[in-house]
Amino acid sequence: MALDPSFIGRTYPAAEVYEVGREKIREFADAIGDPNPVYRDRDAARTAGHPDVIAPPTFPIILTARMGEQVIFDPALGLDYTKVVHGQQRFVVTRPVRAGDRLTGVLTVDNIQSAAGNDLISTRVDVTTESGEPVVIAYSLLVARGTSVEGRS
Amino acid sequence: MTDAGGTNSIPDYDSVVEGTELPEVRTRVSRADLIRYCGASGDFNVIHWNERSARSVGLPDVIAHGMLTMATAVRIVTDWTGDPSAVAEFAVRFSRPVPVPDDDEGSELVISARVAKKLPDSRVRVDIVARCGPDKVLSMARAVVVLP
Repeated sequence: MALDPSFIGRTYPAAEVYEVGREKIREFADAIGDPNPVYRDRDAARTAGHPDVIAPPTFPIILTARMGEQVIFDPALGLDYTKVVHGQQRFVVTRPVRAGDRLTGVLTVDNIQSAAGNDLISTRVDVTTESGEPVVIAYSLLVARGTSVEGRS
Repeated sequence: MTDAGGTNSIPDYDSVVEGTELPEVRTRVSRADLIRYCGASGDFNVIHWNERSARSVGLPDVIAHGMLTMATAVRIVTDWTGDPSAVAEFAVRFSRPVPVPDDDEGSELVISARVAKKLPDSRVRVDIVARCGPDKVLSMARAVVVLP
């Protein structure tokens, strides 16, 4: 089933503020196997010039993926999530996420298309602090494999 | 994830030469690592923990989260710079899945990278290659890094 192209250009504000916890950053750094002390030790982070521990570059996916769920789980879009794989990801960073940040943002559906039997949806999330300071922009391409042609396995 | 080590040399822009290879990063990713990443990231897509579901949608096995591979890949840059805030931009295409077998060893990711181009404003472009066995699992993996 092809995706509904009328979703292109729609925007979705974050449903709630994401407050970045120091222990969440540590948990994430542990999960990616990265021992860098600036993710765990406030003194190490301060020595590197940060007010508190910072998060790994891919940490924002936690909230940007959550925001993306507003779109990809919308039945009207027609996406079969069981067949979804991540196609591309890009982060453009203004400053690193850090403990204590209260983050919000806006998701935009940049494009929807079909290619080689796959359904593709491109989104961007402009992540800012609650007070509007730009932090990072996350661009994602999700691919629903083999869903664009009926009967394809 | 098993940490195979990295180095913390801090490069500066003026002395960096195009073509310089960054110290390689090698890690292993096991089923337990995927479960841990599910919990830490909130991405509980069944293809990352349920073999039956993964095979039912045509995948060879449970596969690693692309974002876990991406996080591992960018470490070659952040180990090199020491300070992860040097990463201004980072982009990848997930070109091949990373299957993770149900055994004690898991799969090995081998990350290599080189300084591809010196850009204005103390920035360099680093091109990254991520391999799992013979497969390049990322393509067009590039970081823009601000150096002191």
